[in-house]
Amino acid sequence: MSDLLAARLQMALSLGFHIVFAIVGMAMPLLMAIAEWLHLRTKDPLYLELAKRWARGTAILFAVGAVSGTVLSFELGLLWPTFMEHAGPVVGMPFSLEGFAFFLEAIFLGVYLYGWDKLSPRLHLLSGVLVAVSGVLSGVFVVAVNAWMNTPSGVTFEDGRIAHIDLVRAFFSPAFPSQALHMVLAAYASVAIAVLGIHSWGLLRGESRFHLAAAKIAFAVLAATMPLQLLTGDLSAKHVAQHQPIKLAAMEGLFETKSPAPLAIGGFPDEAKGELAYAIEIPYGLSILAFADPKAEVRGLHAFPRDEWPPVAPTHTAFQVMVFAGTAMLGVVALGAWLWLRRGGFWKSRRFLRLAFFATPLGVIAVEAGWTVTEVGRQPWVIHSFLRTRDAVTPVTGLTLHLAAFTALYILLAGVVITLLRAHVFAAPVDADPNAKAAPGATHG
Amino acid sequence: MVELVYAIMGIGLVAYTLSGGADFGAGFWHLVARGPRRAAQRALVEHAIGPLWEANHVWLIFVIVMLFSAFPRAFATLGVAFHVPLVLALFGIVFRGTSFVFRSYGLGPLADRTRASWGQLFAWASVFTPVFLGITLAGMSAGRVPQATAAVRAQAMPLGDVFTTFAVLTGLFALALFALLAAVYLACECDDDALRRDFRRYALAAELAAGVLALTVFLLAESEAPLLRARLGESAVFWPLQLGTAAFALGATLTLILDRVTWARVFVALQVGLVVLGWGAAMRGDLVLGAVSIHDAGTRPETLAAVVPILAGGTLLLAPSLVFLYRLFARRAH
Repeated sequence: MSDLLAARLQMALSLGFHIVFAIVGMAMPLLMAIAEWLHLRTKDPLYLELAKRWARGTAILFAVGAVSGTVLSFELGLLWPTFMEHAGPVVGMPFSLEGFAFFLEAIFLGVYLYGWDKLSPRLHLLSGVLVAVSGVLSGVFVVAVNAWMNTPSGVTFEDGRIAHIDLVRAFFSPAFPSQALHMVLAAYASVAIAVLGIHSWGLLRGESRFHLAAAKIAFAVLAATMPLQLLTGDLSAKHVAQHQPIKLAAMEGLFETKSPAPLAIGGFPDEAKGELAYAIEIPYGLSILAFADPKAEVRGLHAFPRDEWPPVAPTHTAFQVMVFAGTAMLGVVALGAWLWLRRGGFWKSRRFLRLAFFATPLGVIAVEAGWTVTEVGRQPWVIHSFLRTRDAVTPVTGLTLHLAAFTALYILLAGVVITLLRAHVFAAPVDADPNAKAAPGATHG
Repeated sequence: MVELVYAIMGIGLVAYTLSGGADFGAGFWHLVARGPRRAAQRALVEHAIGPLWEANHVWLIFVIVMLFSAFPRAFATLGVAFHVPLVLALFGIVFRGTSFVFRSYGLGPLADRTRASWGQLFAWASVFTPVFLGITLAGMSAGRVPQATAAVRAQAMPLGDVFTTFAVLTGLFALALFALLAAVYLACECDDDALRRDFRRYALAAELAAGVLALTVFLLAESEAPLLRARLGESAVFWPLQLGTAAFALGATLTLILDRVTWARVFVALQVGLVVLGWGAAMRGDLVLGAVSIHDAGTRPETLAAVVPILAGGTLLLAPSLVFLYRLFARRAH
């Protein structure tokens, strides 16, 4: 394996691992704040129990996310020093903001976890809301960095260096609005469907008010975000069509420029032959999707230099997976909503609960696939049209060994997370008050 | 302006040393705890470490982000030249963070044996990480990194140049300082006289080790990091720093013996903070001695102009929140 490929795989592994915890840190606080708000309104201790349990799960995942995030900040320098030398001054600002948002989230999560008996109920809920807000903000700031890598704005390039920086324009790069919206909604929907699935499983094992309340909240968040996600997905597609046409061509496995262009479903792109085999084609589909005009011309890969093609097969496959997972999630919402409106509640249908349980990983799958689309689809560039990934990689050799070591490390981390969640989330409801154990101090002193 | 950012990074590094460093040190005492009150000592360590592991380690992230924002070439050079010790330190940080999460939240259904082995992992990772961080700092000061060209094409340092006796001893010196901080902080947390005496003794031992290592490193620097050594010894600015460190160390020793642990805490914090500041002053803006200084680290004026307002704004939000969190915990019944 080449060092470049090992570095790319290690980065993919680190990001793919971290994103799971990142979306939890963005979305889970909203769920726990909703539960607590319901407790304030109804005075039902059940919601308090739920908020405490969710807060505990959030804390575990947040702590692991902090670890995997630390790894990433190191890896930027250990794997991509040349990228950071160029981009550091540009991405430093959003990363600094992210640091502040993350730290605020950590502080208020601490306040939330250990302040149950020390704060007034309203103040406590407020701290939960602050966790939710800062969690989303930190996600948005990181997306700003990625958006700039896709559509580097606010900088001028002269003889292989960045000559002038307008930090505000770099932050609000063309890809930023659609990417940020799409990511925030993805976080909410993915976490909501996972929570729904977990508590559906609880309901299948036996009727419980606890799981019922949890599943309802999760479903409400899912139902509120998933239809919107369809819109932001469309927005993203139109943006990519305009700003990164080559990425769109790879996503679709479109080799020849066509007008009108059909939308391809499935299929196997063959870069050598330059064709997409076994795909189902929907006439005019791609023209409508990309330009809202059934006759619009969509440029294929052959319209671009061969050495600027992203790897077509992974990009196309990941895009198919994302769309499929998203559509399936929308199906769960539609079915659940219909059951709720017409049949007095989705929780009465064991079939739906089973379906929801199997849908647990759909959101995470969609998120992983979506990031694969945007990252692999940006190749061969790390900063689009300015710096190639192969020129950004560290000159240090022996990266395959690193990859092996980090893979083992992440397997261990994943094992830890699963063990802990089994103990704290899947176990029968117990008193999950973090103060029940000897609460450790904030710091020394 | 670059000097200001350099100074801010220095403050961040001091903060990381005094908070995150003490967390590492606590892990060290977890490992070497002995005597009849061993279990109680370990329980105290577990009790004392923050509820959210990252609250203290966020300072490290802060220093890293500042480094690549303001001095990207230095960040790139470090990532290449000190690739191996940094990867090892990173592993240590991950293991420590993981085991801490596991110990904090994994109570209940876990067998004691499992908990104990996680505790071992936590402790060993706490011991190794500061050593590798110290080795990296020593490498930055030794002036052996080849001059980086405009495009970073520095090679990874040969391991023989990274893991020198000087570097390893510097790493151990860092560990001794962290252990000292932790022992004194822990002594302040004790209500029990016998337990406090244990940690006072640990602290005195750490103070002795730190003193011996400081002297050894200082003498070795003559041949291993001559430029740094010359700067440490030359100017009127640095002798007060050296003397100040010694005076605070003496103060800490006396207050520990006299069981005035609250004072001891002030003294060790000043002592360790001064060591870090003294190092930064001796580096004089050289981020990698002889290779990258703050004046040729690829700094962008546009970024520099934005750094301070962002930091100020962020601090205005963070500081009250942090104070609020601490006060919440201060009201905790011991």
